[in-house]
Amino acid sequence: MKILVSIKRVADPDNASKLKVSSDGTAVTSEGLEWKMNPFDDWSLEAALRLTENAAEKNARVGEVVLVSIGPNDEHTQRIIREGLAKGAERGILVEADDANLDSNVVSQILKAVVDKENPDLVVMGKQAADGDSNVAGTKLAARLGWPIINYAMKISTNDDGKTLEVKRELDTGVATVKVTGPAVITTSDRILQPESVKNGITPADHQYAKLEVGGRYASLKGIMQAKKKPIDQMSLGDLGIEAKVALKYTKFELPPARSGDTTFVESVEDLVDKLHNTAKVI
Amino acid sequence: MEAPTKGYLFETDEHRALREQVRRFAAAEIAPNAHAWEEANEFPRELYSRAAKAGFLGVGYPEELGGDGGDLGHVLCASEEVVLAGKSVGTCVGLGSHGIALPPIVRFGNDDQKERFVRPTLAGDKIAALAITEPGGGSDVAAVRTKAVRDGDHYVVNGAKTFITSGCRGDYITTAVRTGGEGHGGISMLVVESGTPGFSVSSKLKKTGWWASDTAELIFEDCRVPATNLIGQEGTGFLMIMMNFVTERLFLAGQCVAIAELAYRESVAYAKQRQAFGKNLAGFQVIRHKLADMATQIAAARALTGECVTRYLNGEETPSLAAMAKNAATDMCSAVCDQAVQIHGGYGYMREYVVERLYRDARLYPIGGGTREIMNEIISKVEGY
Repeated sequence: MKILVSIKRVADPDNASKLKVSSDGTAVTSEGLEWKMNPFDDWSLEAALRLTENAAEKNARVGEVVLVSIGPNDEHTQRIIREGLAKGAERGILVEADDANLDSNVVSQILKAVVDKENPDLVVMGKQAADGDSNVAGTKLAARLGWPIINYAMKISTNDDGKTLEVKRELDTGVATVKVTGPAVITTSDRILQPESVKNGITPADHQYAKLEVGGRYASLKGIMQAKKKPIDQMSLGDLGIEAKVALKYTKFELPPARSGDTTFVESVEDLVDKLHNTAKVI
Repeated sequence: MEAPTKGYLFETDEHRALREQVRRFAAAEIAPNAHAWEEANEFPRELYSRAAKAGFLGVGYPEELGGDGGDLGHVLCASEEVVLAGKSVGTCVGLGSHGIALPPIVRFGNDDQKERFVRPTLAGDKIAALAITEPGGGSDVAAVRTKAVRDGDHYVVNGAKTFITSGCRGDYITTAVRTGGEGHGGISMLVVESGTPGFSVSSKLKKTGWWASDTAELIFEDCRVPATNLIGQEGTGFLMIMMNFVTERLFLAGQCVAIAELAYRESVAYAKQRQAFGKNLAGFQVIRHKLADMATQIAAARALTGECVTRYLNGEETPSLAAMAKNAATDMCSAVCDQAVQIHGGYGYMREYVVERLYRDARLYPIGGGTREIMNEIISKVEGY
């Protein structure tokens, strides 16, 4: 099975409080921020790796995971691709593009072009990126490809190397089980990190993955050393025959008002509901 | 999650990538429990297999034995991140007790011993401990009194060991025993499995610091150990111990750098937040200069430790420089932790503050792994006076 996994670099979500808005309000500035792999992509990578390995034999690879990252061709994007390679992916693709010229529309165009080139059996991607939180690119990509889209996957099983899959989707109203014939685009929810969330018909069905709570697997030192030798293909939008035209324009950014830090004690549930509704305006 | 340190001069992208992974592991798996595990004098045994699965127990060991490759420099970086992000020195040293127990088997053991002991330890299935010090003597290694007398296919071991890290929970103990006559030529290394009749843990010792790590006194009473558990040749134990000490001292120097770095970070954060006389503590020159001195001392000890690691990895003989690095780092660590407590004032004397614990942890280092005085003896000998 060959899986394409898109990974985006985002400003470290743990330091979101350091975000600043440019003085003219037209952009969020990223100076001084640390770049991390989008956590949602990290979950998808975990799912893709589990689908393409025999975990009972020291995570022996039985398929191929190709990473694609779209962004500036700099040390940060490369470091994030290397991290994915260190976790086990086979190779990487860096599509050079300026952040300002990217939106879900352009990203889905680029990913379509990469899919056309690579012919993967599946695309597994983060349901959203931790910076823009748009939650659009996966669905748009599937539409462009004419492939099924399965959003918010929390369990994935296949017994025929990904040709057909049973996927459980985590929804607000419950869990939906869908059966799908590949190729398809899948986005994941964080429950895909659960020890028994992925069955690929090769790793023994009773295998328990290590409990992961905040992200995918850790890259081992061995993986880090191997990653240095794995190829990262670099390409431009021109190479893929794409003219970037963003459909989305941001007109103004502003930071939320600073919190006062005032504490109000309430006497009753009614009082609490009233304060949350009328004073804090959060419900 | 803390920002990365500037690290050692020898570090490459690979070391930095390793730090990032270990930092995430320690922040998620250790930090939330650090205080509780230290107070409980124990961390869950399961943490060994979690660390192994994450790929960190095998750092510094060859792949053919189930390790992850890498060298002493990688071990120092990984262990520093466990301290910085995990914030429990006791857990770090308990989790790392194989770092001193395995090398004699890796270097001098036979294939069977490597399969039986090294592989399962790096997989997190077995806990390893090293036992050299005895109730009657520590620094005088050549005077080991625990006896191992050959009887057919077995050695019959009698004696006692003390201050043994992971000794209570260890599945096997790499033990220094006397198989021959007096002096260093009579010492051998024998692996004693904890289930062996005649082996027992006489007490779990209560310590000043390192609470989360178990420390034991062990008793051997007519303990029959298969002769196949002898590492290398009879009488070569002293050499193994001495070789082990060079790396152990660098581990300890690295831990001192890490502990001091953590104490320093905690102090900087506290000094910026704590208000007194209408401004924060960092607004006072006396506090700023304390912090500046701490940062300087850490940088100096880190530089010497890093230099010694580099020379060691280049194949130089470094017993004297390793002793210097250990003394410089332990002195620095004690001084920095002392000042960290001072900056924290009354809170620095309270158990729920990290610096209070680090202050106690720091006291081990001029004693363990060869005392400050023994380090100076080594330096004197090499320097020729």
